[in-house]
Amino acid sequence: MSKFEHRHSAHCESGVMSAMLRCNGLDLSEPMVFGLSNAMTFAYLPFLKLGGMPLIAYRSMPKAIIKNLQKNLKLKMKLETFSDAAKGQDRLDALLQEGKIVGAQTSVYWLEYFPQEMRFHFNAHNLIVYAKEDDEYLISDPVFENPVRCSSKSLTKARFVKGVMAPKGLLYYPQYVPETIDLKPIIQKNIKKTAKTMLKTPVPIAGLRGIKYLAKSISKLKSKDKRYAKLFLAHIVRMQEEIGTGGAGFRYIYASFLQEASELFDNNSVLIEASKMLLEVGDKWRDFALVVAKALKSKREIEYSQIADMLENIADEEAKVYKKMLEFKG
Amino acid sequence: MDIKSVPQDESSTYANNKKAIYAVDEDGKVKVATSSGWEAEETATKEALYDLQARAKDAYELVKNGQKSPLYFHMYDVRMDLQVLSESTGFFKWTIKRDFKPEKFAKISLKRLKIYADAMGRDINELQQLPKEES
Repeated sequence: MSKFEHRHSAHCESGVMSAMLRCNGLDLSEPMVFGLSNAMTFAYLPFLKLGGMPLIAYRSMPKAIIKNLQKNLKLKMKLETFSDAAKGQDRLDALLQEGKIVGAQTSVYWLEYFPQEMRFHFNAHNLIVYAKEDDEYLISDPVFENPVRCSSKSLTKARFVKGVMAPKGLLYYPQYVPETIDLKPIIQKNIKKTAKTMLKTPVPIAGLRGIKYLAKSISKLKSKDKRYAKLFLAHIVRMQEEIGTGGAGFRYIYASFLQEASELFDNNSVLIEASKMLLEVGDKWRDFALVVAKALKSKREIEYSQIADMLENIADEEAKVYKKMLEFKG
Repeated sequence: MDIKSVPQDESSTYANNKKAIYAVDEDGKVKVATSSGWEAEETATKEALYDLQARAKDAYELVKNGQKSPLYFHMYDVRMDLQVLSESTGFFKWTIKRDFKPEKFAKISLKRLKIYADAMGRDINELQQLPKEES
């Protein structure tokens, strides 16, 4: 058996990177990885549709955690993609033979170990393959409580689906990991960056302006097809909760990062306060999801303006957190 | 969220799995807790699932009545739509739409059928007919 240790995580990409670095001697928690890679955000792209629904994201684009972490921690990551499925499978087998643990990007739909009701055509899932036994891969999928097994047929199919965010068989692993890193300056820089991005995006579809824009779209649902309106609302909650966000669309995980950061800065009071505030905002996101779910189940007319107001309020409360974060001087 | 309030709703969508969620423990520390499900999330997931099932059901009827080819049903049955099927096969949408016509689909080339079959994870025979029971 491999010495690799599986740890249950909230989110696939940050979970994979945390596990991979730990295996290479650098122990960073999932929230730390998430914060250091500047991964919390908000974006609402009504013109970019996936499965008939606009893109709503509470985190940065797929692969951004890998790439930002590489840049910010001065790691060297090797990323390989393939034009041919058979070659891609051979390469994975060869890397496992070398004793490496390997990150892979996959579709969710074709992974046989996923619950049937969670299998949708989403192509940017991440997992770690750490061994192969006969025709089965031993997989550490961070969003699962325990390691899982997957037939080579299923994994290879999941690695080589085509379409939006097609993985092209992507495999990745670190080639160089520094032994010690002074996290403080990186933390400082990225807290500032996250706060600024959320407060001051020049485009109306991102950051807090994106949240307000989404609120506006909700209030306009009244005049839309009822079926579509319900699916749209459900879609928001799914993006916020279903897709491995650690609860409240990554707000809880980022609050955990802020708390961990405060300890590194001698219990910095600004960061402690910001963490608490963000936890409260997270609770408001959860309340929002509850109200939406109730509306979906109810036979009564949905009160779109009330739901939109909740979101407006969340944006205002979040603004206070980011302003607090900007007070942090280290 | 307080660690004691982490929902344990045993959602069917989790299929007995547990999800990691971040919550605050008694000492005020934010850490990973596990959740067996949350009703609000389950409601949202199922809303999307019901929609996919309804589309597959409608498609089944259309195929049964000879208005559409079996390909049309199988597309929805594997939770795809025209967009995803087009991306997964590399075929233009209008050529796929042509294959939704029963008379065109009956004369489809084996090569093209194979590409559909691979993309949808079904074998060629399956793809050419409707399953007996409505799934």
